Amino acid sequence: MQPVATTFFFYFLSGLTLLSGVFVIIRKNPVHSALALIFGLLAQAGLYLMLYAPFVAGVQIILYAGGIMVLFLFVIMLVNIERSQREEQFNKQWVVGLLAAVALGALFVVVYVKGKALFPYRIAQPIESSNTQQIGVMLYGQYMFAFEIASLLLLVAIIGAVVMAKKRI
Amino acid sequence: MLNYITSYLSSNTTPGQAGNVFWATVYILVVFGGISVAVMAMNWLERKALAHFQIRLGPMRVGPHGLLQPIADAIKLMTKEDIIPAEADKFVFWIAPLIILCASFAVYIVVPFGPTHAITDLNIGILFMLGVSSLSVLGVVMAGWASNSHYPLIGALRSSAQMVSYEVAMGMAVVSAVLMTSLHGLGPYGVGVGTSGTGTLSMIGIVQAQQEQHVWFLFKFFPLGFIAFGIFAIAMVAETNRAPFDLPEAESELTAGFHTEYSGLRWSLFMLGEYAAMIAVSSIAVTLWLGGWYRPFPNTLTGDTWDLVFSLFPALTFLTLAAIAFVGVRRMPKHPYFRVQTIGLAGFGAVLGLIGLILFAPPVRDRIQDIFWFVAKVAGFMYLYIWYRATFPRYRFDQLMKVGWKVLLPIGIGVLILTAILGVVL
Amino acid sequence: MTDRTITDPKPADTTTSDLKTSDSTKFLSHLELDQPDKTFLDSNELVINMGPQHPATHGVLRVILKLDGEKVLGTECVIGYLHRGVEKIAENRTYTMFNPYVDRMDYVAAVSNGLGYCEAVEKLLNIEAPPRAKYIRVILTELNRMASHQLWLGTHALDIGAMTPLFYTFRDREEILKIFEKYCGARLTTHAFRIGGCQYETYEGFERDVIKFLDFVPPKIDEYEELLTTNRIWLERTKNVGVISRADAIALGVTGPVLRASGVKWDLRKAQPYAAYSDFDFEIPIGANGDTYDRYTVRMEEMRQSLRIIRQAVERIPEGPIMAKVPKVMKPPVGEIYHSIEAPKGELGYFIVSDGSTQPYRIRVRPPSFVNLQALDVMVRGALVADVIAVIGTLDIVLGEVDR
Repeated sequence: MQPVATTFFFYFLSGLTLLSGVFVIIRKNPVHSALALIFGLLAQAGLYLMLYAPFVAGVQIILYAGGIMVLFLFVIMLVNIERSQREEQFNKQWVVGLLAAVALGALFVVVYVKGKALFPYRIAQPIESSNTQQIGVMLYGQYMFAFEIASLLLLVAIIGAVVMAKKRI
Repeated sequence: MLNYITSYLSSNTTPGQAGNVFWATVYILVVFGGISVAVMAMNWLERKALAHFQIRLGPMRVGPHGLLQPIADAIKLMTKEDIIPAEADKFVFWIAPLIILCASFAVYIVVPFGPTHAITDLNIGILFMLGVSSLSVLGVVMAGWASNSHYPLIGALRSSAQMVSYEVAMGMAVVSAVLMTSLHGLGPYGVGVGTSGTGTLSMIGIVQAQQEQHVWFLFKFFPLGFIAFGIFAIAMVAETNRAPFDLPEAESELTAGFHTEYSGLRWSLFMLGEYAAMIAVSSIAVTLWLGGWYRPFPNTLTGDTWDLVFSLFPALTFLTLAAIAFVGVRRMPKHPYFRVQTIGLAGFGAVLGLIGLILFAPPVRDRIQDIFWFVAKVAGFMYLYIWYRATFPRYRFDQLMKVGWKVLLPIGIGVLILTAILGVVL
Repeated sequence: MTDRTITDPKPADTTTSDLKTSDSTKFLSHLELDQPDKTFLDSNELVINMGPQHPATHGVLRVILKLDGEKVLGTECVIGYLHRGVEKIAENRTYTMFNPYVDRMDYVAAVSNGLGYCEAVEKLLNIEAPPRAKYIRVILTELNRMASHQLWLGTHALDIGAMTPLFYTFRDREEILKIFEKYCGARLTTHAFRIGGCQYETYEGFERDVIKFLDFVPPKIDEYEELLTTNRIWLERTKNVGVISRADAIALGVTGPVLRASGVKWDLRKAQPYAAYSDFDFEIPIGANGDTYDRYTVRMEEMRQSLRIIRQAVERIPEGPIMAKVPKVMKPPVGEIYHSIEAPKGELGYFIVSDGSTQPYRIRVRPPSFVNLQALDVMVRGALVADVIAVIGTLDIVLGEVDR
């Protein structure tokens, strides 16, 4: 199956991601920032689709946009944030921030220039339909140990949260 | 240009897979329109069925037997005053129903009404459906927050906590069904054949796997498939905030729900999203466990005669509905006030009868089979939803969460493990 | 059409009460409210108001809840929204004139109110209603108990979320109301009895109607039980919810099915028989735990026992006069009397002080719902908010009676 209008979608989705990222930072209202982040994550899922990784896209939507962002929103809404909304959102360390941003930009440029030869003009076209199978095989075969450790870490986080939040009812 | 349009008709895939934008758009419009009509019909059916459960009649005046009641409701809601609470965040207030609506409608691009009658067939179909329907939780949370009022916020947080909890149980049940797609063996216990390693997440693939294994996943590894189906059936009711899990939106509780402050058209968008979500999760249940678009007993009652018998069902259904309409016409009071209603009902019955007669014609009859059986099964689920609402009291919120986490999830994990073991061993 | 925004105060901090009157916490200060263990994730304590207008408070009852998150720490009921000064009115009416007012107190079960009042005045006047009148009174009062319990069941189930039993019980209650209407002309506020007996003779076909009702209703009660009694969700919502112990119930003065569900076998029809109840053979159902489920089973069984009483009464109804010799101008001797009956909701008592004139000096009504409502606080301590509504339903209060 031939992909349709790749260039348009790439520019559209990456533009949406960048725009969302900008909105996350500049909006005073945290809920607006969270909303912008959700749009950015969905756009990123679209980019994964373009990279022939539909499983990763699906999991991105389920977990990131549908799970983690919901938790973000819970916390934002439960914490009293009116005061912080009226505060000036400027940081006194803007010099260091500027230097860090310039350094990161320089890093990107160097990587692109040096590594341009590595990327052919067209990206590889892996078999889209076996994305799930390949991830499954690698995750439960080669990277089984790391997978188990990650899940244990999550379990510890869950237990910790329950212990901290549980009141003697 | 014309070639572009007609070339799809000869291909044997969904428009999305064929890359045909024109037909994809046509299918999208048809599905969108169909779901909207289905939501209105569901609204009518809910009021009538609920009323009949409660020994009363339901809407009878607006149109014959209340058939035009959803239209009247829609007009009323559209012309209602649009009230936005003071100091509410206008942007979030505006976008929350849209998120729920888009999330509920976007899942329909993978719902398979037939082997090629889907808008597209993503190879992560079921994953996509679960993911996008979980985006409606965001809409709920934002609706509650944007109302700038204490009770909708609590209601929204409860509602979203409930939806998130039952998504986990739903996921376990879905994974059990997906595991079954990779098996070879025929019948409920395909013995000695093992797995093929080619399970699929695509919706059409799951239904075809049921056909290849000659058994609905409901009966596969009985009772495991049945229990998984049961878990999904309960979780899907909780996911869509319907009775008996509708504490967050019950009127007699203190928190009146996340859509309290919404009036008029905005509220109707919530209702639309809720019914669309109900139909969507019912479609998932039908696809995963009830054999999708296949007629009942495709492998035990085979042969041309049985095919013929089952292919007459759509026509017979419509003719039965037409007959019921005509019985209603006969029982209408013979008073001048009721003349318009009688004529309307007779016309409605005539239209239904005409559709039934058209469905007798062989070319139409063969093509309509898949869609008919799929819609019939989903309609059964819709009726179950209404039945639950009429019968059961409400769960208290902590009991609701307890059922989700302490009952459904362990059973789901158990079913998953047993399915996996049986799949490898058998 | 412009958008109209409604001004609403921002619920910025939830620690302050959002009531317009600021003296609600003063009401609660006398209660020893538990101080919850405070963690750094502690939610704010909340005082919220279940207003006079609420779909589930069975009338105009205002309940102020002090919550800790979802748990109830204490409640305060504010009543008086339906106070009509009935007892004061009684001081300016003759005994006969006051009879219709009595129905309006517990408007759901009006016949019992009339029975209590007429019997109290008869005791004061030292006259006794003839046997036939007593039997008619018993039949109508038990039908009335049936109707009251049916209404209770429907509304209680509706509060807990089951919509359908409401329609079933109201449909069946219609038959009782039809009998009342045929007998005395009114469905709800019946004014069925007079001081000294009954005014109306039973109409032609009364026994037939009552027997038809007795045959019609038991399958319906089975239907209600089928919907609710073994329903898991109903069990979870009602078992161990709103528990009141035997000692607490007696100490608070709770009567009626609430008391019997806590294990106390006390029914005025057996303990202090009035109006021909001693002629009949029936049982008093009691419960074991004193929770909502027990109150439900007790009332369901009471419905069946009422049917038993009615059947015996209708079969043995004696012939004779229906009105005793009552003076035209009623001037009871100076004195006071307290007479109570077993109304569907509990012990309904009338304390009448007479000063020898045609108008009573004071009538004090002891409404069962008023006293039972005190138990609300004890029952919902430590329960969740959703249980408050279930408990208010299970107490079976009628605000007309609570406020008078």
